[in-house]
Amino acid sequence: MTMNSLATALTPDGLIEIYRVMRTIREFEDRVHVEFTGRDIPGAVHLYAGQEAVAAGVCSVLSDDDYIASTHRGHGHAVAKGCDVTGMMLELYGKAGGLCGGKGGSMHIADFDRGMLGANGVAAGGVPLAAGAALSAKVRGTDQVSVAFVGDGGANQGAFAESLTLAAVWQLPVVFVVEDNGFAQATGTRFHLAGKRVALRGEAVGIPSQVVDGYDVFAVRDAAVEAVERARSGDGPTLLECKADRFYGHMEGWDQQAYRLTSEIDELRSARDCLVLFTERVLAEGSVTADELAGVDATVRARVAAAVEEARSAKDPDISELLTDVYVSY
Amino acid sequence: MARILSYLDAIGEALAQEMRRDPAVVVFGEDNIGGTGTDGKLGNAWGPTKGLNEMFPDQIFDAPITEAAFVGAAVGAAATGLRPVADLLFVDFAGVCFDQILNQAAKLRYMVGGKASVPLVLRAMWGAGMRRGAQHSQALYPIFTHIPGLKVVVPSTPADAKGLMTTAIRDNDPVVFFEHKMLYFSRGVVPEESYEIPFGQARTVREGTDCTIVAIGRMVGEAEVAAEQLAMDGMSCEVIDPRTVSPLDTESIYASVRRTGRLVVVDESNPRCSVASDIASLVAQNTFDSLRGPVQMVTSPHAPTPFSPALEDAYAPNSGQIVSAVQRTVRSAVPA
Ligand SMILES: Cc1ncc(C[n+]2csc(CCOP(=O)(O)OP(=O)(O)O)c2C)c(N)n1
Repeated sequence: MTMNSLATALTPDGLIEIYRVMRTIREFEDRVHVEFTGRDIPGAVHLYAGQEAVAAGVCSVLSDDDYIASTHRGHGHAVAKGCDVTGMMLELYGKAGGLCGGKGGSMHIADFDRGMLGANGVAAGGVPLAAGAALSAKVRGTDQVSVAFVGDGGANQGAFAESLTLAAVWQLPVVFVVEDNGFAQATGTRFHLAGKRVALRGEAVGIPSQVVDGYDVFAVRDAAVEAVERARSGDGPTLLECKADRFYGHMEGWDQQAYRLTSEIDELRSARDCLVLFTERVLAEGSVTADELAGVDATVRARVAAAVEEARSAKDPDISELLTDVYVSY
Repeated sequence: MARILSYLDAIGEALAQEMRRDPAVVVFGEDNIGGTGTDGKLGNAWGPTKGLNEMFPDQIFDAPITEAAFVGAAVGAAATGLRPVADLLFVDFAGVCFDQILNQAAKLRYMVGGKASVPLVLRAMWGAGMRRGAQHSQALYPIFTHIPGLKVVVPSTPADAKGLMTTAIRDNDPVVFFEHKMLYFSRGVVPEESYEIPFGQARTVREGTDCTIVAIGRMVGEAEVAAEQLAMDGMSCEVIDPRTVSPLDTESIYASVRRTGRLVVVDESNPRCSVASDIASLVAQNTFDSLRGPVQMVTSPHAPTPFSPALEDAYAPNSGQIVSAVQRTVRSAVPA
């Protein structure tokens, strides 16, 4: 295996940080899966486990005041952009003190202080918003970059196609990150994706586009470095099509994955787990030690467990909140 | 023969019977078969289309997430000989394809001077209660009711869901069919054979003499509970379910208000420019002489639907609010 230039460029601290992000997402999602099964968490929850390397790789090259707009599968993006895990868990439980005061829930989780413009209940709904944030950065003359995450299914939306065109024409500092996890609900990418790759749609409007191994955080990071650099230096948008399947069903409590063979999921978990791939590689290279990684695991587990405890015992929002935030001024 | 069926299965039965009766009936939407393009077994058909693929493989398709295209395609197909039933999933997603509904489906026949018709059905899940947050819980039927050219159906029982779906598919105009997600697993007596329920014909759910309660969708059940409770206090309420809000059976509503002298309208949608405000104004205009108390509206507040269960439970109207509204109009009544 040839060594990835950036993988080696990352300091041990940088590697640990990327691992911490991926591990936090995995722990968050695995824990939410368990808590949801106990029916403690209300509503519709779409888990990101399996795709961690995409969020972690992309967000590792963003700064706090860069923007991301996310999808209905948004927990991973939120964690990677630095959202507070406890605030997120409180939000999933619909409690006061949640990142959105309990008004949004899993599908609408957001934290503008972290540049996280929100998960989105509408497929591709966030893509034009990310383009808008990029426009805002461009007009205000900052060097902020904006990232639009979208699924392979959402990439079929008109809003996605139109955003590509707009971003290309206006040369916006935006990166479109298409996450192809093989499915849109139960419908396979093989069926719904017309043409071989989403990346071709970027190329069609003159946007540099690339297919990336979404299980390999180093590959994602490399591609993101180039794309973000392009955006920051005023050279316009990029499209990254990252391939990484999800471990869980489309939605918790609803989807038994009858459309998938058990062997597929087993294979995915054993051979294409981004955390395992990462660990094998960094240990082989001797950049970090197994103890250091185990230390991260322990800290992360405790942190997520504490978040669940806090969320369970937190107060509900006051009923008067029903009528606040509809407008800025009444 | 009648048996007990869920609202969901009642809709599925209507779809199957109409697909069998008429090969021009085609059904499509995201995951309407479910699992297309995988090596695995058939997956999770969302909603009542489960099993239709085995019976009618040529009449049902999965669609990519392309609402503007497939709803628009339904308009084109309908205008040229098919009877498409397109599935929006959540009505909230009308947002991404509204032009096709508002400017194409609803306007085509008028603009071509009656030379074409658009016999399509748009299935749309709606309503609060499932903790889905603001983008998956709206009660948007007033928006569609506002648009001439569209018919808007809001069934409240399994039997109505089946009969109204059958009518919708056979109807020659574009119909938006609102399925309340919290009613999907409610059960009721449903005839096995195919039958139509005419549009514009309200159902009198319960007869009464003191106050008319017009309730829509899931609110019909809440109104029944309220009427039961009020009956214990000696107040007799008539409960009317319009079943279709466009066309609207104004005659049944007026006739009832003429008998009772009072009206409470219960509507899960936001109050401004709603079906509630529409019915209230129609009644005020047309049965003013009969009114013995102020018309009352019971609606969700002028706010999006919150996610938090604590807040969402306080969002949609409930039987308690209906009881209070009836008491308000009865207490402030002028002598007959
Ligand atoms: C406009 C719109 N249509 C349909 C849906 C319902 N829906 C929610 S998620 C989903 C599948 C999304 O697939 P993809 O974009 O590939 O993301 P993934 O779930 O695979 O992460 C669908 C159809 C929606 N939320 N928005």
